Amino acid sequence: MPEPMIEITNLHKSFGTFQVLRGVNLTVEKGESMTVIGGSGSGKSVLIKHIIGLLFPDKGEVKVAGQVLNNLDDHQLNEIRKKFGMLFQMAALFDSLTVWENVGFGLKQHTKLSDKEVRAIATEKLALVGLKNVEDKMPVDLSGGMRKRVGLARAIAMDAEIILYDEPTTGLDPITADSINDLIVDLRKKLGVTSVAITHDMHSAYKISDRIAMLYKGEIQEIGTPDQIKGTTNPIVKQFITGSAVGPITAD
Amino acid sequence: MTTWLELLGKKTLALIREMGAVIIFFGQTLRWTFSSPFYLRNLLKQMEQIGVNSVPVVLTTAISTGMVLALQSYTGFKRFGAQSLIGAVVSLSMTRELGPVLTGLMVAGRAGASMAAELGTMRVTEQIDALYTLATNPMKYLVVPRFLASTIMMFFLSGLGMFIGIAGGYFVGVKVLGTNPVTYMNQSINNTEVEDIWYGLIKSLVFGAVIGLIGCYKGFNTQGGAEGVGKATTGAVVVSCMLILILDYFLSALLW
Repeated sequence: MPEPMIEITNLHKSFGTFQVLRGVNLTVEKGESMTVIGGSGSGKSVLIKHIIGLLFPDKGEVKVAGQVLNNLDDHQLNEIRKKFGMLFQMAALFDSLTVWENVGFGLKQHTKLSDKEVRAIATEKLALVGLKNVEDKMPVDLSGGMRKRVGLARAIAMDAEIILYDEPTTGLDPITADSINDLIVDLRKKLGVTSVAITHDMHSAYKISDRIAMLYKGEIQEIGTPDQIKGTTNPIVKQFITGSAVGPITAD
Repeated sequence: MTTWLELLGKKTLALIREMGAVIIFFGQTLRWTFSSPFYLRNLLKQMEQIGVNSVPVVLTTAISTGMVLALQSYTGFKRFGAQSLIGAVVSLSMTRELGPVLTGLMVAGRAGASMAAELGTMRVTEQIDALYTLATNPMKYLVVPRFLASTIMMFFLSGLGMFIGIAGGYFVGVKVLGTNPVTYMNQSINNTEVEDIWYGLIKSLVFGAVIGLIGCYKGFNTQGGAEGVGKATTGAVVVSCMLILILDYFLSALLW
């Protein structure tokens, strides 16, 4: 059996006295699409930030492609990060740069390609996410859905092996949201990447995932295929996926 | 009673913690300043934003200070017939003290605030995290160019401020108040040493470093949305202005 792409073992993280993650175990196989679902404040964002080394565990470890992230120096960490592409919730485009400079940012930093070549690759990646003739626009001139597409183009520009999606459909209208879902599925087919998404949008989770993991109170409650999750007997998971205000989860 | 003490203790602890954090940030900035890669294009862009774009503000401040200084010292010095000394007063004050300090305060208000607001916005919109994920160190990409640009450009802005302030003083002293131009010039030159200019310029370098460091530190550590960006911006201006004034005394004492 090949080594998993991402292996999270007994991950603990606190901010001040507030324990956000209390022993998370999660394994993502190469080429798999894993979605972590959970309510606001359940620690999903904190979890995904550990995978790319934006945060480090208090206890436990995160292994990516066989390397434990906490043991790496800055240089090694950057090398690992080059395997990743990340789509941020609000896209996090650099607003002082044009669209093509955003998409080509990694290439410009880490390769010796000329501006013309970087631009050509940016145009190609933008086409992959369904955008044309936006290269010279500034991020502020784009709609929310277009920004996410540009963010996605930036995430795949360096031919990432792993793509992380931080709430890919949040803040979009249902149709745009679904087109982003299609894009995620489509890109995975074309590029064969491993992906980890966090979301509370169940429609999106069912559509883009091979497996879904539910995070609640800093621990993984259940992991399963979308069908297994739909047929869950765990009352916490059941309440979440049906979106009911009545049950063991209380809104705080 | 205990609540008062508690509050005092908490505030003191927070202050010490923040001072420590600034020192660590300073250390990291220095470390990344001297290691590759170097973002020359970012440095030049910041030199333009912090330096070139601050010229009008610095010119206005310096010329009005020089003119007022000549006018006020004339009024005072006339009472004991020492009008001929105002040239020396203006040039000494501008080079040793007012050139660097006033330029520093103006640049802190203009460039320090904009640094904090820009980096703060980048922090709360996750652009700084995005830099990390693109395997680019934001300390190197964002902080080092701003820190260097503000240190270097304060040197030149302050030199410009000294010169323009002295010119303003000359204009008022000679053209408006009718002091003898030769006496005015001689008094200025005889009483101002090259060291005085250097002292002022060394101060400016320190002030420039303070503005860059505090502006970046506040912006980089912004928390919590638009309100946080506002707080960071205010904090950057207040803290760098206070540090400039405090350091000014110690530098003056040291460089006497």
